[in-house]
Amino acid sequence: MNRARWLVLALPVVWMALFFAAPFAIVFSIGFTESAEGIPPYAPLLRWREDGSPYLQLNLENFRLLFDDPFYIEAYLRSLRVAAISAALCLLIGYPMALAIVRAPARWRAALLMLVVLPFWTSFLLRVTAWIGLLQDRGWINSALLALGVVEAPVALLYTDLAMYLGITYCYLPFMVLPIYATLSKLDDSLLEAAADLGARPVRAFLSITLPLSLPGIIAGFLLVFIPAVGEFVIPELLGGPDAQLIGRVLWTEFFQNRDWPLASALAVVLLIALVVPIGLFQARAARA
Amino acid sequence: MRRLKLRLLVPLGLGFAFLYLPILLMVAFSFNDSRMVTEFTGFSWRWYGALFANEALMQALFLSLRIAAISATMATILGTLAGFALFRFARFRGRALFGAIMAAPLVMPEVITGLSLLLLFVGLESAFGFPAGRGADTVAIAHATFGAAYVAVVIQARLADFDLSLEEAAMDLGARPWKVFCVITLPLIAPGVVAGWLLAFTLSLDDLVIASFVSGPGASTLPMVIFSAVRLGLTPELYALATLLLVAVALALLVALRFGLAPGRAP
Repeated sequence: MNRARWLVLALPVVWMALFFAAPFAIVFSIGFTESAEGIPPYAPLLRWREDGSPYLQLNLENFRLLFDDPFYIEAYLRSLRVAAISAALCLLIGYPMALAIVRAPARWRAALLMLVVLPFWTSFLLRVTAWIGLLQDRGWINSALLALGVVEAPVALLYTDLAMYLGITYCYLPFMVLPIYATLSKLDDSLLEAAADLGARPVRAFLSITLPLSLPGIIAGFLLVFIPAVGEFVIPELLGGPDAQLIGRVLWTEFFQNRDWPLASALAVVLLIALVVPIGLFQARAARA
Repeated sequence: MRRLKLRLLVPLGLGFAFLYLPILLMVAFSFNDSRMVTEFTGFSWRWYGALFANEALMQALFLSLRIAAISATMATILGTLAGFALFRFARFRGRALFGAIMAAPLVMPEVITGLSLLLLFVGLESAFGFPAGRGADTVAIAHATFGAAYVAVVIQARLADFDLSLEEAAMDLGARPWKVFCVITLPLIAPGVVAGWLLAFTLSLDDLVIASFVSGPGASTLPMVIFSAVRLGLTPELYALATLLLVAVALALLVALRFGLAPGRAP
């Protein structure tokens, strides 16, 4: 039996070790190299003395730069803030949707859930493209506002923070609705009936029963939106303004435009740590509550 | 029969309007006669013709479909084995670590996954000469890796409502473990395997960031071509492409529902 188990495990274990775990070790080590001309554009970490003995040439400059230059620190803080606000917006829109789907007649539920998931299965890039069409100076929203006489000149909507928040909220909404729906659908209806029998109004019953019991779903949904949004590149690049320098975008620029692989690696290491810390705090707080 | 209260119906309607209005506008304007992407002048199929005549886009589409098919198949094999092991093998050394590594790609920012895989491929090439250069192969390996994590989740969900007594009955009747797996387990989790394959296929077809890192010259996937086109400005061709994709996905979902695959399970 044990040998059969190892046969099942061997392929995924070896694959994930090689293509997921090992790359992180490499990123970590490249973060300590110096940038250099050539292919690949970094100097080797392990070098040889003239007498043939090896030594490690550690370069801490990349990490020092990340902490000394306010540009990078601000980008990190901005990424965390944008991700948190977007996740809150998803919660605001997604929670009532999930609740409505749970309370809808049973024969509608599958179709309504399907409608929530459908956009997720279509192209992410093309959904962002739709928002460019909506928001640009001669876009659908501005045309409508001009035609209605609300404004006299087009309002700048694209390449603003508003556009970025709308884009992130739009693309990640299904990730909020699904986990909240999952916890709400397991909720015991008799609790709400008991509250009603004891004279609680629907709002009171919601605040003291439904909301606290759906907290696990809220936390799961918040994390599912927050974590990928912190490293988001496409939406700030296509919808945000030039000052919307989120950390994913900064990493992209360092890598593709400045060809500074060591600095990009150092950024990836710090981003990973920056993600683990708020999630840890969040979960510790959730555990205490 | 219960009816939905107005105070829930309104946010549900607004939420769906938010989700679908941008998509419906794109569909409508894909049939616009004018090159203007906002003013509707008349009905026309011309942008669909232009789309199929666009060689760079069509080449990228076929490359992406090929990568998606290969990587989804690899992801399904890896993810099914991993999901089965995680759900069924109660205790083995390193189980917690293995579980964490299988789940990590689900939440890892794409820029980190892309960068780290590229550095691995560069390191492997300089050490062993393999993979020689980067292109469709390296993109397929990268997509199989994160696809496997999603497949593992789908398989575990499928195994969770699996009746163990069927396997026990087969074993009581003398079937060997391998035979039990092939004759009982595999057919019962088959809908999960198909759903996982479809999910991995879609994710591969949709990925821009990881592919941009690990691809090489001459291997531009569909999202890479769309991304550079969008940066130059919108064209109705892109709307036509979005419409065709939407129709394909809706048809696939209807077929999936018909056969009880329940894609709502996907994360």
